[in-house]
Formats: sequence, C-alpha cells, structure tokens
Amino acid sequence: MSDTVSFFSGFAPRDLLFLGEAALRTMWISALSITMGSLLGAVFGWMLYEGKWVATLTLAPVLDVFRSVPLIIQLVLFYNFAPIVGLNLDPFASGVVILTIYTAALVANVARGGIEAVEPPMRRAARSLGMSYWQDMRHVVLPIGLRAVFPAWVGVALGVMKDSALVSVLGYVELLKASQILITRTQEPFLILTIAGAFYFALSYPISRYAAKLEQRWAQ
Amino acid sequence: MIEIRDLHKYFGALHVLKGIDLDVEKGEVLSVIGASGSGKSTLLYTINGLEPVQQGRVVVDGVDVHAKGTDLNKLRQRLGMVFQQWNSFPHLTALENVALAPKIVKGKSKAEAREIAAAQLKHVGLGDKLNVYPSALSGGQQQRLAIARALAMEPEYMLFDEATSALDPELVGEVLETMRMLAEEGMTMICVTHEMGFARDVSDRVAFFHQGVMEEIGPPSQIFGDPQSEHTQKFLANAR
Repeated sequence: MSDTVSFFSGFAPRDLLFLGEAALRTMWISALSITMGSLLGAVFGWMLYEGKWVATLTLAPVLDVFRSVPLIIQLVLFYNFAPIVGLNLDPFASGVVILTIYTAALVANVARGGIEAVEPPMRRAARSLGMSYWQDMRHVVLPIGLRAVFPAWVGVALGVMKDSALVSVLGYVELLKASQILITRTQEPFLILTIAGAFYFALSYPISRYAAKLEQRWAQ
Repeated sequence: MIEIRDLHKYFGALHVLKGIDLDVEKGEVLSVIGASGSGKSTLLYTINGLEPVQQGRVVVDGVDVHAKGTDLNKLRQRLGMVFQQWNSFPHLTALENVALAPKIVKGKSKAEAREIAAAQLKHVGLGDKLNVYPSALSGGQQQRLAIARALAMEPEYMLFDEATSALDPELVGEVLETMRMLAEEGMTMICVTHEMGFARDVSDRVAFFHQGVMEEIGPPSQIFGDPQSEHTQKFLANAR
C-alpha cells in the first residue's frame, strides 16, 4: 500500500486509442476548414481576377493580413476577443473559423493564378463557340486552371492540416494537444511525439499519393 | 449576309479600322490580305462581337452585332471562328472538344452531341482520332480539330483568322485542303490569310487592307492580275 498519489504512469496501449481519436479530430477540423476555405478562396480568387480596383483596394489587403499574421496569433486573438462582440464560440468552432479564413486567404491567390493560367485566346475560342461567360468559366477555365494550380493547392491543404495543430492552444484536443497531455503524464516525449508524427504522416501521405496519381492521369 | 458600314475601331489612341464598308453575300468566299497590323484580324473580331467597335455597324442576317441587347452568345452560334492558335481544350479528347459546345450551348443530348462531333471529325479527316487528346495531335490536326469544333455548331458563316500562320510549313497544306473543301461545299467564308495561292484559287473576292483601310476589293484575277492601288502592288510584289 502506498500513501502517495501516482501522477505519472507509463505509455499504455489505450493511449494509442486516445491518440487515434485525436488524429480523427485533426482530420475533421482540417477537412472542414480546407473544404470551406477552398470554396471561399476560389470565390475570392475570382474576385481578385475580375474585381479590378475594388477587390484590389479592399479584398487584397484583408487577405494579406490573414496571410501575414502568424496563425497562432489569429487564433488567440479571435478566441479571446470574439466574445466581446457577442460571438461565444467554443475552441473547435473558433479554430474552424480562423483556419477557414486562413485557407481562403492562401487559396485566393492560387485560384487567381489558376484563372490567369488559361490564356485569353483559349477563352476567346470558347466564347466564339457561343459559350456564355459562366459556361466558359465552368467548362474551360475551371478544368484547365485547376490542373495548372492543383499541386499548389495540395501544398496549401497539407500545410493547413499541419497548422491545425495550433488550435491546441485554444484547448481543442486534436493530435498535438493529446500528445502534450500524454507527455505530461508519461514523461515520454520522444515516444509520443514520434507516434504523433507518424499519425500526421499517415494523414498526409494518402493525400499526396492521390494527388500525384491525379496529376499523372491529367498529364496524358 | 454580313453588312459592314463605316466601321471604326480604336485600341486606345490607335485607330485600327478606319471606316470599313463591306458586304459579304451568302455562299461567298472572301479572302482578306494585307500586312500585319493592317486591321484585317480585328475586322473578324468585330464581326462576331469579340471586340467592341467605336463607330459604325456590323449586321449579320439582320442582327446588329454591336447594338445593346444583342444576344452575342446566340449570334456567335451562326459565326464559326478558327484562330491562328488552335486553342484545343487540352483536358478533353478530340471528340469531347467538338461535342462540348453542342451539348452545353445548344442543349443537345450527350449522345447526339457525340454523334455530331464524330461526324464533323470524320468530315475534316480525323475520324481515327476521336479518343485522342490534343497533346497527341500535330498542329495541323489540332487546327482541323478546331475547324470541326466550329462546324459542330452548324454555323452559317466561318471566319478564319490566319488559320495556317502558326503551323509548320509541311502542315499548312492539310488545313488549306480542309478550308478548300468547305468552300466547295458552299460555306460562306471570310479568310484572313497570308496564303496568296489559297486567296487566288479559292476566293470569289479578295480584299486588301492597308493601315486600317480597305484599299481594294475585287475578284482574284483583278487583285492579283491588275491591282489598282499602289499599296496593293507593293504588298503583292513582296509577298511573291
């Protein structure tokens, strides 16, 4: 019988489950933010391309702010100051909001590049066939531009997935936060960070592989 | 019928078309020749409304191209256009390239659009390339693909903007052959071209452009045999 309370205990198999669950949360917050952020970013990119000076003067500087300020500062500021304007969001929702805007800011320039990658003569040819502006956008600019900037977009998506680790500072128990909790208990940082790293790799690798495959197919 | 009246076009301060008057009848083949920068390509772009004009009118089958409220997307279905750069859609096979516009613009069913596309590709001699991507086609084949793509919309007129200028010399012939075939079938054509042989042999009339002005127009025998304008004479002497 021991009189002391034990704070520390070694790494147990069930901790792996704990990390696995956290990895799913990382996947979930990333998938949500990347999807919404990419859609929003595509719209922003189109506005930058078409919007002339209005977008250049208004949208571009705002996006620059979100691209330039470190994500961790954005997260802390938003989480702590949003309640002042009546927005009481939990760590997950706050993380999604900021990661989405951050993704959109990055994707906007990728998307604009994609539209610009479709040369004006190509678009004139499409219009000469009687396609409307939106038909040209949907059937010519989108598929050609997407292929042109797809590798860049994958880079953004994988980056955001890894950056989602920063949402841990708000207390959302994703992969990194879960690792910190376990490290505190087990005092085995090397083992646990290695496992966490392996989880991140397992999340990224299929995406890179799939992307490479798609690119290969398009290259035909 | 295409009627062009007192047409003026500016690019900024640059006056590229200086009052063009021209009628093109149904079934006619008109070749437009002249030096680079003489405004002949711009003329084509004003006919299907790809370029706005500052003064004058273009009327296609009674429709004023540059009037407010003209449905240009609808009008362009009557005016097929082939460009110097063939602009094949790289993500689509030859068949899909040609079938796209009939499907999305004309609302044809997928099967119907593919049938039209296959027929037009056969027509231009690409019947064996239906499922090939443009990257696997030569420049001449891609330009014929572009012709088939335009024809699939069943246009009343075909506008050719230096359709052979970007091609390697050995590929020019097959494209000119295709254009010649269309002319023989009775297609109304306006061909901006540097191919003097084609202009002489195939056209009903030839127009010579010089610095935004249509200096001379007439049957090939006159333009090539007895040019009236000094500029035409000089241009043809250099072109030979």
